[in-house]
Amino acid sequence: MRRLRAAAVPYLLIMPGGLWLIIFFAIPVVALLSLSTQQGDVVHGFTQTFHFANYAYAWDNYHDQFIRSLIYGGIATILCILLGYPVAYWIAFRGGAHKSTYLFLLLLPFFVSFVLRTVSWQYFLSDNGLLLAPLKSAGIVPQNFRILATAPAVIGGLTYNYLPFMVLPIYVALERIDFKLVEAAQDLYASRATAFRRVVVPLSLPGIFAGVLLTFVPVAADYVNASILGGTSNTMIGNIIQDQFLNSQDFPTGAALSFMLMALLLIGMFSYARALGTEEVLEAAAR
Amino acid sequence: MTKNGRMLSRRNALRLGGASAAAMGLAACGVQGAAKQQSTAQAESAADKFWKAQKQTGQVNFANWALYIDPSHTTLKDFTAATGIKVNYSEVIQDDSSYFAKINPVLSSGQSTGADIMVITDGLQFDELVELGEVIPLDQSMLTNFHKNAGTPYQHRSFDPGNIYSVPWASGVTGIAWNPKYVTQPPTSIADLWNPKYAGHVGMMSDPQEIANFGLFKIGVDPVTSTESDWHTAASQLMQQRNSGIVRQYYDQSYINALSKGDTWITMAWSGDIFQQNLSSGTNLQFVIPKEGGTIWTDNMMIPKYAPNPVAAMKLIDWFYKPEMAALLTEAINYITPVPAAQGIISAAAAKASGSDKATLGAVASSPLVWLSADEYSRVKNYVPITSKNRASFYSIFQPVTAG
Repeated sequence: MRRLRAAAVPYLLIMPGGLWLIIFFAIPVVALLSLSTQQGDVVHGFTQTFHFANYAYAWDNYHDQFIRSLIYGGIATILCILLGYPVAYWIAFRGGAHKSTYLFLLLLPFFVSFVLRTVSWQYFLSDNGLLLAPLKSAGIVPQNFRILATAPAVIGGLTYNYLPFMVLPIYVALERIDFKLVEAAQDLYASRATAFRRVVVPLSLPGIFAGVLLTFVPVAADYVNASILGGTSNTMIGNIIQDQFLNSQDFPTGAALSFMLMALLLIGMFSYARALGTEEVLEAAAR
Repeated sequence: MTKNGRMLSRRNALRLGGASAAAMGLAACGVQGAAKQQSTAQAESAADKFWKAQKQTGQVNFANWALYIDPSHTTLKDFTAATGIKVNYSEVIQDDSSYFAKINPVLSSGQSTGADIMVITDGLQFDELVELGEVIPLDQSMLTNFHKNAGTPYQHRSFDPGNIYSVPWASGVTGIAWNPKYVTQPPTSIADLWNPKYAGHVGMMSDPQEIANFGLFKIGVDPVTSTESDWHTAASQLMQQRNSGIVRQYYDQSYINALSKGDTWITMAWSGDIFQQNLSSGTNLQFVIPKEGGTIWTDNMMIPKYAPNPVAAMKLIDWFYKPEMAALLTEAINYITPVPAAQGIISAAAAKASGSDKATLGAVASSPLVWLSADEYSRVKNYVPITSKNRASFYSIFQPVTAG
C-alpha cells in the first residue's frame, strides 16, 4: 500500500500543473486548430468544412508580414546577443559583491509597463523630439530625417524590450563557469581570445540557446512595437492576427495564421537545436 | 472644466453605418442597414410584451467609453437624487470591436453581461448586435424627453429607423486636421492628404472603415451608395498614397499625439479630439470638413439582452435628453449633442461664469466643431453600409491598405 502511494506521488505532484496546461493550453489550441479550417461569419456562426484553403489564403495575403516578422525577429535576437553577452559577462565575472544590484538594475525597466516604455520611446524619437531636435538644429541630420515609422525604430524597440530575456540566461550560464578553467587554458598557452572562444563561449552556449528561445519567439510574434514605432511598411504578423480577430472578424484566417506562426517557430527552434547539438542543448538550457 | 472625451484608446472606434444629421440628405437614398431579421412591427410587439413584464429596480449599470461623461458625474448624481436609482458607472469600452468580442460570447450563451446600458458606435458591431438579437428594443413610451428634445436628424437615423434599438449619446465628424506651423495653406480638399509636399507627414487612420470613406471621397463617390468596383478604385488610390511614401503611419487614437508633436502635419481626425487638444494643451490645431465630404458617426445607448435593470436603464437613457443634462455633458465631452437646446443653456452659463470657466464655456457654446452649420451637415456622409454579405469582400479590399 505504502509503495503504491509512493508511486502515485510524482503523478499527484504533476497533476495541478498538468491540468492547468491541459485546460488552458491544450484545449484552446485544439479549438483554434479546428477553427482554422472552418467557414462562416460572426452572425451566422462558423461551421467546420475542413476548408484548408484558409491556409493558402492566409499565406497568399500575408507572406510579406510573415517573412518580415522572422527577419525583424532574427535581427533583434542577434542584436540582443551582441549587446547582452558583454553585459552578462561583465556582471558574472566582474560584478564582484554587487552582482545582485546590477541584476536588479537590469530588471528595473520591468517595473514600468511594456506599452508605456514603448510609448516613451515614441516621444523620445519623435521628429522634433529630445533626440532629433538638437541634431537637426545643429545640421547633423537633414530636416526631413526621421527615425519613427521606420524599420530600425521597430527593431530597436524590440531589442530594447527583450534584452533582459537574453542577458539573464547567459548570465546564469556564465556564472556557473569555474574561472579556473579559463586560467588552465591560459596556462596551456591559450591567448585570452582563444580561451574565451574555446572555453567560455562553448560553456555558455546553453545560456545563449535559452536566451534565443526567450527572445526570438516573443519578438517574432510581437505587435506592440510595430504598431507604436512602425510605419506603413513595418507591419508584423502579430498585428495581422490581432486585426483578423478584432477588426475583420475573420476568425478562421486569424487561427490559420496563428498556427502557421507556431509551426514556423517550432520548426525553426528544432532545426536550431539540432544545429547546436540536438536535444542536449534543450536539456542544458533547462538546467 | 476638463479636457475630456475619448482621449484614451479610441482604437478602431468609429464605425460605419448611417448617422444622424446626414440622414436628412440621405434618407431619400433608401439606405439599407445590415439585414434586420425582424420587421419593425415584429420588433415593436416583442418589445411590448417584454416591457409589460418588467419591474422597476433600484440600480442601473452603465458601460461607457473612457472619459466620455462629465468627470464629477453630476449628471448621474442628479439622476439618483431625482429617482432614487443608484448608477453603477464603469468605463469598460475600449472600442467597439474589442467590446463586441467580449460580450458576444456571453450573450450568445444566454448569460447577462451585467450591463444595462452600453454605448455602441453605429457600424458593423451595432448591426451585428441587432442581427443577432442581442439588444432589447427600447420602450418608446418611456422616451418622453427624447421625443420632445432630440433634434430632428437624431430622431431619424438611417441605421436605426424608428429608434427601435438605440438613441444617440453623442456624434462626431471625421475630417482633416492640420498643424498650421507646418501647413501654411489651409487644406480644403481630400486631395490635400495626397499632396507630395507633405510626404512622410500625412496621418491616415488604421480602421478600414475610416480610410474606405476617405478613399471614396477622393474619387468622388458617396460611401453609402458605393459599389464593390468603387471600393477597388478607392483602395488603389489609398495604395498609391501609401506606396509613394506620403503616408507616415496608419494611426489609432494616437494620431492626435503625432499631430501635436509635429510628426504628422496633416491628418485624418475626429472633431471633438481637436477641440479638446487645443483646450487642454494650448495647441492651435485646425480642423476642416473637406469639400468632398467628411464622415459623421454616432455613438448610441443600447440595452443588451438579459440586462438586469431594463426599466431603470430606460429612465437613465431618457434623463440625458433633459436639456440641462445634455448641456452638462456637452460642456465636458465637446462632441455633438443630439439635444440642440443645450447650446442656449451653455451660452447662458458662459454669460454667468467668470475667468477661465467663462472662456471655456464660451468656446464650447460657439465651437463650430460641436455645433455644425447647415452647410457642414450637408457635407457629412455616412459610412459604407457593411452587411454580413459584403463584409468579407470589404475587408479583403481595404485591410491590405493598412497591413503594409
